Amino acid sequence: MSAHATLLQVSELRRYFPVHNVLGLRTGTIKALDDVSFDVRLGETYGIVGESGCGKTTLGKTLAGIHKPSAGRILFEAADISGLQGAARGPVVQRLQYIHQDPGGALDPRWTIGRSLDEPLATHTTLSRVERAARSREILAAVGLPPGHLDLYPHELSGGQQRRVGLARILMLKPRLVILDEPTSGLDVSVQATVLKLLRKLQRAFDLTYVFISHDLSVVRIMCDRVAVMYLGRIVEIAPAAGLFAAPQHPYTRSLLSAIPRIGGKRVTDFFALEGEPPDAGNLPSGCRFRARCPLAAPVCAEREPRLAPVGENHATACHFPHKLEGART
Amino acid sequence: MSANPLLEVRDLRIGFATDSGVARVLDGVNLSVERGRIMGLVGESGCGKTTLARAVLGILAPNATTEGGAIRFDGQDLLGMPRDRLQREVRGRRIAFVPQDPYGAFNPLFRIGDQIMELMKWKSPLRDQGERGLGALLTPYPRARRRADRAAAIALLNEVQIPDPERALGKLPGQFSGGQRQRLMIAMALLTNPDLIIADEPTTALDVTIQAQILKLLRSLAKDRGVSVLLTTHDLGTAYEICDDITVMYAGQEVETAPVAEFFANPRHPYTAHLLASLPDPAREIQEIGGEIPSLLSPPTGCRFHPRCRSASAQCAAARPPVSGERQMVRCFHPQPLQQEARL
Amino acid sequence: MTGLAYVLRRLAHDRSALLGLILVLLVVLAAILAPVISTHPEAVWDMNPANRLKPPGGEWLLGTDRMGADIYSRVIYGARITLLIAFVAVGVSLLIGVPIGLWAGWNELWIGETLMRVSDVFLAVPQIVLAIAIAQTLGPSIENVILALSVTYWPWFARLVYAEVRTLKNETFIEAAIALGVPQWRIVLQHVLPNVASPIIVRTSIGMGFTILTAASLGFLGLGAPPPAPEWGRMISESREFLPEAWWYALAPGVAIFAVVMGFNLLGDGLRDVLDPRLRRAHER
Repeated sequence: MSAHATLLQVSELRRYFPVHNVLGLRTGTIKALDDVSFDVRLGETYGIVGESGCGKTTLGKTLAGIHKPSAGRILFEAADISGLQGAARGPVVQRLQYIHQDPGGALDPRWTIGRSLDEPLATHTTLSRVERAARSREILAAVGLPPGHLDLYPHELSGGQQRRVGLARILMLKPRLVILDEPTSGLDVSVQATVLKLLRKLQRAFDLTYVFISHDLSVVRIMCDRVAVMYLGRIVEIAPAAGLFAAPQHPYTRSLLSAIPRIGGKRVTDFFALEGEPPDAGNLPSGCRFRARCPLAAPVCAEREPRLAPVGENHATACHFPHKLEGART
Repeated sequence: MSANPLLEVRDLRIGFATDSGVARVLDGVNLSVERGRIMGLVGESGCGKTTLARAVLGILAPNATTEGGAIRFDGQDLLGMPRDRLQREVRGRRIAFVPQDPYGAFNPLFRIGDQIMELMKWKSPLRDQGERGLGALLTPYPRARRRADRAAAIALLNEVQIPDPERALGKLPGQFSGGQRQRLMIAMALLTNPDLIIADEPTTALDVTIQAQILKLLRSLAKDRGVSVLLTTHDLGTAYEICDDITVMYAGQEVETAPVAEFFANPRHPYTAHLLASLPDPAREIQEIGGEIPSLLSPPTGCRFHPRCRSASAQCAAARPPVSGERQMVRCFHPQPLQQEARL
Repeated sequence: MTGLAYVLRRLAHDRSALLGLILVLLVVLAAILAPVISTHPEAVWDMNPANRLKPPGGEWLLGTDRMGADIYSRVIYGARITLLIAFVAVGVSLLIGVPIGLWAGWNELWIGETLMRVSDVFLAVPQIVLAIAIAQTLGPSIENVILALSVTYWPWFARLVYAEVRTLKNETFIEAAIALGVPQWRIVLQHVLPNVASPIIVRTSIGMGFTILTAASLGFLGLGAPPPAPEWGRMISESREFLPEAWWYALAPGVAIFAVVMGFNLLGDGLRDVLDPRLRRAHER
């Protein structure tokens, strides 16, 4: 392995949600996260991609302490933070922050911007009022907003400005790791470009490590160093971004990449071949979860679930036939 | 464009009355959809593409005022048509609508079969459209026509690849996934044999793999039946996939119209060029357009893009540029130069 | 500009709310300045049979009642009783109902659910019926009226706050505060409570009107403050046997009740519009 310091290490993380019927009786379990393991190195941007239902949002919230894991461990800066919630999470919160899809929504509409920015510091630090005010101005400037905004209310700002304030609030404690949950989802292309540039700039300015959760592969491609692909609660492939997009090894990753429109190239819809939809999350098939839609499915795929295994430099995939796709692009 | 397009929108002006004033949502928009072709209406939020689609269908909100312009469909004036005739003959029959949100489009309490047959009772191509008023309400649904309609519905559900259509008719909408519901919406749109389908961001809410399936389906079904499609989207990739022609809108004004190959090879309007350049590209630094989309309550004068445009000059603020160009039409005083060879 | 000044400014633009505010202020001022503005302050409780049932005019602005006391002065002093009952009863309901609603709404425990079912029972029974039962059992006095009204009105606040808190819990900014590690009690007091304050304030104003009406009803039935206290409801009740000749006897207290209840209701409606957080401004533009 490389000599990079590991900031976050996730081992065999599981998060199950019970399913109840009308009478309140338990009828099944949704395995939103099922044996997820990966590690994030200091300073990198680690991408988590997948379509709806793959578990990436649950993963983000579990890492952030909003959900409690059903099993497995989360090691942050070599300390086990797996079950910590609420008050016990105090010291962790300063170093590990979570941004919602709409950072502006994290602001209390009845509080001024200044008060919202002050809250993280008042809760977790012993800085004086003067010091807190100084830090508020500093961070506000870092996201490109004037200090006068401190006296305004959220509804007096535009959507883009609210988003910047939301980002500023996260940075007030100067965290080490930031989990970004769908930061560009639903944004216009031009706004997306602005947000991504800002995120890059902040990463450099504050020495941040990002976990970048998104369903948008083209964004992940340009922002992330390494990427993990999720399908139905499991990681099916991990690789450096360039390697993943150049030579995906898992059949699902291949299909996913082939579905992305490529302007200037061939039309995807002329050749796209992935049929069907993911199976019901409460009722998973035996063996590999992707086998019902996989062009390479064989009897062994129904018998045994494939585990993540290395297939090259820094590249791992969970498939029984990782090399069979060479040359055969869907 | 041709002399006899299926749908022609000329100089359409629409304003919305709000508490803070009148929002000028459409400022003299031109649009043509040719017969048998798929037109992509591309723009970011606030550009007016959804308002335009709704104006064609005649389903604008009550606080909207049509201040000027014309909408002609197959030679008929839609804006001047009496509302009940528009509802009976055009909407849902000759012009069908596929909405953006597959989750909200169906009534969750009624079965799919009932909802489809309800549609067919009134809008089936086999129905005589002459009845109106109380007589129409009391008309029974003849059994022969009902059987024929049901068979047509099942055949179409097969074409949109809904598994086991007979049983599907008996299910509730909640039992289908988002992608399947969108297929059902497409099937319902096609059942009435329309000439034009207006699809409002049909794949925005769907995952990229499902999106690819749905777009492929929409294109093949439309082409097979010679149905024109007006597809609105904010995603250039979607437009690239299935459109024959593309119109770009910005803040209530259309700025460029071109066939898809020319459009992507050689964008002429500065906004279009910026838009394409903003797409994430691993080979390049991320490109930003400075500024924000203007408020429609007090939009910039003349060309609404001029405050953010690098090529802007004084005349851009003075008046809106006229249309220039034939095959590739652009509204700009300083368009990018037209390359002679367009790579296809 | 302080919050209060801002609210008053905005209220001034709404004519019916302004009317409500004026009516309420008039009654409050009348109650406070009773000794100053009444014409016969010492005669409120007196019996002076020689002057009984005199029509309005001359010495007695609104006529006299069956005991010979000046109705105008009695109405002014009656405002004190009415407002005292209303403020205390609604105040106590607030102090009981709001914390219960906050706690039950935030914690989602079975105890909270049970408390809400209990308050549903209270809400299902007409307040006047319950109040009569309680006042009847305990005997007619101002304290018992206040008790009866508080006991029957707290569920309104509890239910209201409970529903608002449950909705608020799903808001992004609350989830963000939780993720930030802010202690729960601080979230409830600093984020949740201010955001439910508007519905509480509106309900308080309307509750005042409602409570005054119920108190007057109790007084009418003889269950309020005992005579010779100048309680408006009781005055109307006394006037019945002398109608329609002594028309002034019922008119004055009746109009007074109408005015103050109307005032609180209009004010409450006006406040509902004004207190929308999205319309607050940091400074006037």
